This record gives sequence, C-alpha cells and structure tokens, in this order.
Amino acid sequence: MKYTLSVLVENRPGVLARVVSLFARRGYNIDALTVGASETPGIARMTLSGEGDNYILEQMEKQLNKIVPVIKVRSLGPEAMRSELMLLKLNCDPPSFGQIHQIATLMDAQVVQVTRSSVTLRFAGSPEQCDTLFELTRPFGVKEVARSGVLAVD
Amino acid sequence: MVRCLEAEGTDTIFGYPGAAICPFYDALYDSPIRHVLVRSEQNAAHMASGWARMAGRPGVCVATSGPGAANLITGIATAYMDSIPLVAITGQVDRELLGRDVFQETDITGACQSFTKHSYLVTRAADLPRVFREAFVLAATGRPGPVLIDVPQDVQEELCPDFTYPEQVEILGYKPTVQGHPVQIKKAVEAIAGAQRPILCCGGGVLLANAREALQRFAAQSGIPVVATMMGIGAMANTALPGENEPVYLGMIGRYGRSYANRALGEADLVVFCGARLGDRAITMPDRIAEQATVIHIDVDPAEIGKNLRTDIPIVGDIRWVLEALTRQVSPRDLTPWRRQVLEYKTRSVPAGTDRTDAVEPRSFLRALSRMMDADAVLCADPGQSQLWAAIHYTQREGRFLTSGGLGTMGYAVPAALGAKLAAPRRQVVAVCGDGAFQMSLCELATVRACNVPLKILLFDNRRLGLVREFQNQQYRGRHIATHMEGNPDFVALCRAYGLRAELAGNNREAERLAGEMLASPGPFVLVCRVDPDTPTV
Repeated sequence: MKYTLSVLVENRPGVLARVVSLFARRGYNIDALTVGASETPGIARMTLSGEGDNYILEQMEKQLNKIVPVIKVRSLGPEAMRSELMLLKLNCDPPSFGQIHQIATLMDAQVVQVTRSSVTLRFAGSPEQCDTLFELTRPFGVKEVARSGVLAVD
Repeated sequence: MVRCLEAEGTDTIFGYPGAAICPFYDALYDSPIRHVLVRSEQNAAHMASGWARMAGRPGVCVATSGPGAANLITGIATAYMDSIPLVAITGQVDRELLGRDVFQETDITGACQSFTKHSYLVTRAADLPRVFREAFVLAATGRPGPVLIDVPQDVQEELCPDFTYPEQVEILGYKPTVQGHPVQIKKAVEAIAGAQRPILCCGGGVLLANAREALQRFAAQSGIPVVATMMGIGAMANTALPGENEPVYLGMIGRYGRSYANRALGEADLVVFCGARLGDRAITMPDRIAEQATVIHIDVDPAEIGKNLRTDIPIVGDIRWVLEALTRQVSPRDLTPWRRQVLEYKTRSVPAGTDRTDAVEPRSFLRALSRMMDADAVLCADPGQSQLWAAIHYTQREGRFLTSGGLGTMGYAVPAALGAKLAAPRRQVVAVCGDGAFQMSLCELATVRACNVPLKILLFDNRRLGLVREFQNQQYRGRHIATHMEGNPDFVALCRAYGLRAELAGNNREAERLAGEMLASPGPFVLVCRVDPDTPTV
C-alpha cells in the first residue's frame, strides 16, 4: 500500500537526521522525502512517501510523533493533491527535436534548455504522470533525470 | 550550567572530567552539588540511573568530549531501553572546530540519536537555561528517558549576563497524555466485568509512574491476579497466601519466569497490560495471547500499544491516573474460582535448588537472603544467571529490584547500586553480580570506597559466563567457547586491596552466616560465593 505522510516539524538543525534515522533503523520503506517551508515561519513541512501496510503506517505515525521537534503527523488519503517536479535531460539531435517537442506539448511540459546535443524538459504533475513522460521520452535517450519527490496538500 | 542544575534541585551528579568539560567543572568548584568521580564514564550513567530510580527524578551524569562522551553511550542506551530519566551532559570541542575531526571530537548527539529521548547541541550560552529546563522536563515526564546536552567548551566559557531559569517551557511537539480517554476506560471496565479469568500484567511503567499503591488498590478492588515482567518486579508485594481481599501476585512471567505465572497468563480470557512494552523475553507467544484473550493495554507512550501485540482496548495515559480511574469504576467481583486456581498453581510449584555443602546454591541462598533483608531493601542485579536467580528467588516485599531489563547491560549492578544507595541512604542496597559482569565495572570499587557508603555486593563466582554457557549447552551441543573466565583474580584479595571488607563463602551455611555479618556491618562489604557452574538458571 502506498502512503503519503505530511509532517510539520520545528525548523531546527538535526530534525531531518532524526526523521531519516528513525526510518532507517526501524526498517520503514521510503521512496521520497521532501522538506521545505510551511505556511508558518519557523515550521517546515516534510512530505514522506513510500510503501507500507496499515501496521507499519500506524507505527510510522506513532514513532514520528515521539520525535520532539515533530509537531504534527498526518497521513494523506487518495483524495489529497499530490505533485512532483521533474527535470528531464534528453539526448537530442535536430531531427528528433520535433518529436520531443510534440510529446512535451502533449504532456504540458516546458522546454527549459536546448543545446546542440540535448534538450531539457521541466514537468510538474503526479508521480504517475512523471513516469509516463519518462517512458515516452526514453527512446530518445535519457541523459539525466532529477525528481523532487512528492509534495502533497490535503 | 551549574546554576541550572542547582535550580533543578540536583544535589548529586556523577561524572569524569576532561579538557572540554573543564569550564563546567571549574564552576562546580563553588557549588554545593556533590560530584561523584567515577572510574569510567559508562558507570556514571549507570549510577545516575540507579540514583534516578530511587530519587524519582532525573539523574545527572557528566563526561568530556570524544572518548568520554563515547564511553557514556552504553549507559545512555541502557537507560533508554528501561525508560530511566537521565540528563547526560557532555563537553564538546569549540564551536569553530566542530566538524573538523579535531582532538577528542565525536558527534555524540548524532551517535546517540536512536537511544536518547532528545538531544541538544548548544551553540549559545543564552540558550542554556531553556535547554536545561526542557531537558529535565523531557527526561522526567511522559515516558521518561535520557536526554543529552552537548556543550562546546567555548559556550561553557561564554558569560550569560542575565541568568533567569524558566519555570515552564513550551515544547511545541511535546504533549504527553496524562488522562486516559473516558470512553476507553469505560470499555475496559465493561470488558473486565465480563471476564472470567482476567490477569493483570505490570511492567516497569508502573514504578516509573509512581503507581505502586494505585496498582495494589486496583488489584485488591478488582480481585484480578497480577503477574509482572522483570521490570515490573517490586510493584507488588509477594505474599505467599493472600487473604480474600488481598491481591494475588504470581511473580515474573516470560522465558525465564515462573511457570505458574506463564500458565495463568496463557489461560487468561482477559489481560490488562500496564506499563509493559511486551518485549520478546516477557511475552514469548504474543499471538497466542492475542487469540485467546481480550487485551487491554495501558501505557503513556502510544507507540508501545499495538507494537508487539494486537490490542483490543488501548488506553493512553499516565498509569497512576488510569489505574485510579479504573479502581473508581470497577465493581468488586467474585473471582474466587479463578484466584483459587492460579494460587493452586503457585502453591503446587516446588522451589528449585536446595542448600549445598560443597558450593553455594544461589537460588536457595537468595530465598534465605530475602528473609534476612529489610522489607524495603533494594536489590540491583547484573544480567546473566544472577539477574534471573535474583528476579525469581528473591522475595520482594516493599523493596525495589533494579536491573538492566531491556538492554541487559553487564556491569550495571554495582554502579546502579551505588547511585541508589546515595539517593536512598537509609535503605539496604545489595548488588548481585556474576563474576563476568562484576569485572565489567570492577573499577568502581574505588568509587564505592571513596563514597564510603555501606553498599553490599554479592558476587556469585562460577568462573563462567553462566547464561551463555547454558545456552551453548542447549543450542550448540555443549560446545563451550569463550565462556570460561580463565584468569579470574582472587576476588576477596582484590576487594580487600580496594579497602573493602570481603569474605568468601564455600557453601550455603557459610553464605548465610556471612550475609548476616554483611548486612550488620557498617561499611561496604563484598560477599564472594563459590558457585557450581552447572547450577541451572531455572
């Protein structure tokens, strides 16, 4: 089962290490983790996503709550808004540029950089849409991919 | 830092200096706080642990940076596993040198992350009062545990011009639940009313919550027979034949526990777990209990509920609060048939081990010893066979049993006993050690000598690592390896060299006679008992 946890933390040194070491030592699976500002100054929001059954999810929430700088833990359901940012650098010679551009337009991805041998796309969407764009462009030769991990709001 | 400790009312601390903690020590020079100089930092944490368990508030240990801090680690982890409130203070290298691997630098907050309740690396002296207050609050409240404060040397030297110690602190993400949810309590009351064979299992949380009396009142009111985990020993008085309105107590459960206590637990149709985290040693077959019984689990830490055992009725809250609420609501029931049944299991069991003339039989000796000691005596036991013999065969009345139950740290008993004795000077305190564990904190005999308190040490010397050796017999076809303690010293001579009175007992009669002398003597006393290596644990 996929999970997404939205965690509010005090923005202090070491808080990320505490969360990460908790997941590592208790063997919780984690696919992606993002940290950034929240709506309140001094408080950051972490979004964690991965796989886990109900037992593991309950344990994760309870153990996260035990970390002192963790203020609030919320498990997000399927109706929550999820989004991910992806930068995709592709091998590209002039003949294939048209095809890549077509895919980008179709998926609503932006072309952010073009060189003689590469083109870089920027795309924001659900993790599944990111996967789709990746699959569609793979035949051209992917040089580099960077994904932000899931961000979510309830 | 010293003024923070004074403001907390701390009168005794345990530590070992080094360059990076010298500014703190220099300030301590002018303080009335008593400093106990240990011989190895690990034991400073153990002493603070023993002290905390008797004083009922956080114990304080101090070490320098680098190796000093690293030596504290086992002591901190030991306290964490048993939820003992500690505040550990370490010196650190100067701020501008942090992260450069300079002399005696270790990332101690990082190293201790997974076994501290919280930790601080203080970067401004102005933060110290808040950090200390927070550390003491965190260590002592909710589920207690160790908190580490790491202070760079130059922060210790920084002046804090307007020192005010905060009375209260606001920690955003920390709100331990005290009051149990009334709906859950009502459900528990109903479940208890419908049970025919209920059992209450108490863990160390009962003692940590200072809920001994509340538990005994609940057990008397409800009539529910009580068993204990190793950490819960001492929460109930062990009365052989309780009256009709008195609680029935069956002693320790678990892998090395009383067979009748395990049997009663296995036959129960309802189990109330109370401040127990249901570790694998205590609850050997969680699935069977979950299958056969309704499970009520009371704990201040919600993460413990449902972790190792499926729970039907979770109650998060302070154990004393919840037990008092339950006592008010539970109506007395006639559980006579069930109480009679479990008491019969108990009275039918024959105590293992009988007095010997060629060696000291530790089990019968511990039974005899419990009759000689004060009702409220404190027993500290080192892991291994000694721990299990003491847990099973020493009869607790109003006393305490201090041991490293979670981590099973060898060498805990002597330093913890010394800490306990300093916190409760009027109570008898006896450390029970095997020759293996004893040698892990041997150096602290000097600290015992220096403190000159009448600490009593019982040393069961079988020149073996008994429990591991027994395990090798059971699991590895008797292929004994690395369990024979060759090269052991003459312990009596050694203890005498430390200036302690020490005597050797070669059989039970001698042991009992010398134990009488030991308990009557005004100073420290080590009673070395020669034990047959083949004496079984159970």
